[in-house]
Amino acid sequence: MTVDALPYTDFYKAKKGIWSWLFTLDHKRIALLYLYAIISFFLVGATLGILMRLELFQPGKDIIEPQTYNQIFTLHGVIMIFLFIIPSIPAIFGNFLLPLILGTDDVAFPKLNLLSFYLYVLGALFALSTLIFGDGPADTGWTFYAPYSVKTGTNVTMSVLAAFILGFSSILTGLNFIVTIHRLRTPGMGFNQMPLFSWALYATSWIQVLATPVIGITLLMIVAERVFGIGLFDPSIGGDPILYQHLFWIYSHPAVYIMALPAMGVVSEIIPTFAQRTIFGYKAIAYSSMAIAFIGYFVWGHHMFTSGMSGPAAIIFSILTFLVAIPTSIKVFNWLATLYKGSIVIDTPLLYALAFIFNFLIGGLTGLLLGALAADVHVHDTYFVVGHFHYVMFGGTGFAFFGALHYWFPKIWGRMYNKKVANTAFAIFLIGFNILYFPMLILGIMGMPRRYYDYLPEFTSLNQISTVGSWITVTGIILMLINLIVAARKGEKAPDNPWNGITLEWQTKSPPPLENFDKMPQIPEGGPYNFPNAYKHKH
Amino acid sequence: MNASNFVEGVDFSLYLILSIAVFFLVGITAVMIYFLIRYRKKRNPVATNIEGSYTLEIIWTVIPTILVLIMFWYGWTGYKPMLTAPNDAMEIEAVGQMWKWTFNYPNGKSSDTLVIPIDKAVKLNLVSKDVLHSLYIPAFRIKQDVVPGKDFSMWFIGQKLGRYDILCAEYCGQLHSYMLSSVHVIEENKYDEWLNKKEDTSNEHPGLTLMKKNACLSCHTQDGTRLVGPSFKDIIGKTETIIVDGKEQTIIVDRDYIFNKISNPTSSTVKGYQSGLMPQLNLSEQEVNDMIDYISTIK
Repeated sequence: MTVDALPYTDFYKAKKGIWSWLFTLDHKRIALLYLYAIISFFLVGATLGILMRLELFQPGKDIIEPQTYNQIFTLHGVIMIFLFIIPSIPAIFGNFLLPLILGTDDVAFPKLNLLSFYLYVLGALFALSTLIFGDGPADTGWTFYAPYSVKTGTNVTMSVLAAFILGFSSILTGLNFIVTIHRLRTPGMGFNQMPLFSWALYATSWIQVLATPVIGITLLMIVAERVFGIGLFDPSIGGDPILYQHLFWIYSHPAVYIMALPAMGVVSEIIPTFAQRTIFGYKAIAYSSMAIAFIGYFVWGHHMFTSGMSGPAAIIFSILTFLVAIPTSIKVFNWLATLYKGSIVIDTPLLYALAFIFNFLIGGLTGLLLGALAADVHVHDTYFVVGHFHYVMFGGTGFAFFGALHYWFPKIWGRMYNKKVANTAFAIFLIGFNILYFPMLILGIMGMPRRYYDYLPEFTSLNQISTVGSWITVTGIILMLINLIVAARKGEKAPDNPWNGITLEWQTKSPPPLENFDKMPQIPEGGPYNFPNAYKHKH
Repeated sequence: MNASNFVEGVDFSLYLILSIAVFFLVGITAVMIYFLIRYRKKRNPVATNIEGSYTLEIIWTVIPTILVLIMFWYGWTGYKPMLTAPNDAMEIEAVGQMWKWTFNYPNGKSSDTLVIPIDKAVKLNLVSKDVLHSLYIPAFRIKQDVVPGKDFSMWFIGQKLGRYDILCAEYCGQLHSYMLSSVHVIEENKYDEWLNKKEDTSNEHPGLTLMKKNACLSCHTQDGTRLVGPSFKDIIGKTETIIVDGKEQTIIVDRDYIFNKISNPTSSTVKGYQSGLMPQLNLSEQEVNDMIDYISTIK
């Protein structure tokens, strides 16, 4: 290819100096700023997780006091949810790739995009400030359930304000993506010619814009109650703690889909590329994202089946919860069918995508148990929920996140990582992950409640297996990150399209120039994944 | 025989869903691995673009829908009986507070453990004195949140003699994982005997009885160990730094200080301890003085 040899300036070299990064309006640079920040917080959150597992290695006190433990699991939750999972895929890969896959030069509002980033930084500073100021980080759990969150002397106010600010960062990113998708698609690209990653971001963005304000106002209500003594949630001053739970989950359940949908979008990109064939059921996958986003609004009550809910309400929330499983299962079947008659190249990104399916299946299927009223009464608020949640969020979204990192790595840095090391790290990570979380599902069915600093002796051996799993998991993650850091600095030069991908980002240089495309990208004929070299299917 | 009347319904829905889940997990994973091998590039150098199939989309929409509706149904039938207790159920008040369960019987008897007769419907009226708790008996497959200000209840029948753990399933602060008790299912005649046996507290200091009843000792030890609040050992006459309205003061702990602290817990906090956790108790002046009399004996 002679095109590769032509000289050009990539977006790293287009401008120089620290200010060109801190005040950049380029979506690719903002994405990288997010990447460095988010990975750092992921490592902080993971360290806190390791500490918790160490404390749980044996019954009784191992290394830390109960109060410290409670603060650690709260901070672990706040960091992982608000600073890692929610922004991870949209803010990093959405920012970097949405304009590229739509064939345009930036998001609709570049300045708003930079503002989102700084709100993220501000929110993160608020969250971390609790380590230094006030009476220590909150000890309420990331759910901030009232009235404990109103009564406790720890610095709940700051933690809650952090989540409030981070919410605005999320809203603005969502707004930006919605407008970008509506207004900036390259000429000739209709909604149904968009890559599925943009569909997933589109569905996610609507949830971010419509649901996040609810948590914003709820968290402010906690602050009003703590600071001014207005009785909203604490019954001793006239409030209603159940009202808090409703308001909290009206956001926080849809938020689960903010965390999961972009990951599904990533998987929908990776699988066709490595199967070298068109996606099976494009419309089914695209529209099921919208269906999940819509139904996902009305299922929050399943977090409250044991909170004194009336029979009719329980029936409605349970049925809706089961219905939201349908579009998810449709996606899984379509991904599976996309492998059928493909010409499959097994490379690191595909491994992560398939691990996503496996882990997410466990996460989703255990979710059915939590949606069923009778079973939920037993396993609600136990380690079963902790296991389920980590299978969905870490085994699902986390694996998709690292899959995305490996998939678009050559595009972002123009270099390739060592695939052998990457695959080894993947295998260690996947095995460690399952040793870490599978025992939690069993512990929950045995009846071990969550948020437990200490436990009954019969839970010991499974807790020890889980803790050993955490060591294996972290080994895999460290190996993976070292491999990527080395590759970003001195990896082999990667071609512009190392995976023979067909979506538009693979038509430009790696790394892309500041304006993304030197010449107008060509939309593939007959659909976004219509690989020209594959056989045409005859009916 | 199952430990409670709810075990059958809960376990049926649990194992039904688990079996379906295992079937799909194993099936989908196996098909995935088969496709990876069968259609790897070496064996299948050219892919085929198959855009989709309406028939398949309908099949894999309809079958899961039917399956989840079946799951819903058994979830509901296992849950429905939990909602309403039979009219003849014997009622016991279950009180949750940081970090202690107390069970109050209609005849005035009060106990740390729940003692119930076998094969009798028992209805627990749930009361929280402070924050959220959740009364969870894993062996009975039953759990209900205890919410301050709400009249929630739960019921069950103990069907097998024995002792089963009661845990708190809703996070309630520092000693959440130590908020343990047990339910003791015994023969009916033994139960009557137990219920009518008066606890002999005549030799016990009235202050100690009051402190046990109000769960003071969950946070304040008698042996000098540090828990959530300062230990009572040698507390009178001790020099402490307290925080009042954000300002530090040094005081010598005396009867007046303790009296004020019990009567108005938010008035001050000893430096180094968490504020806001001590509950406001409804006690007479005499009762508070009894407690302080007892505290002054703890050496």
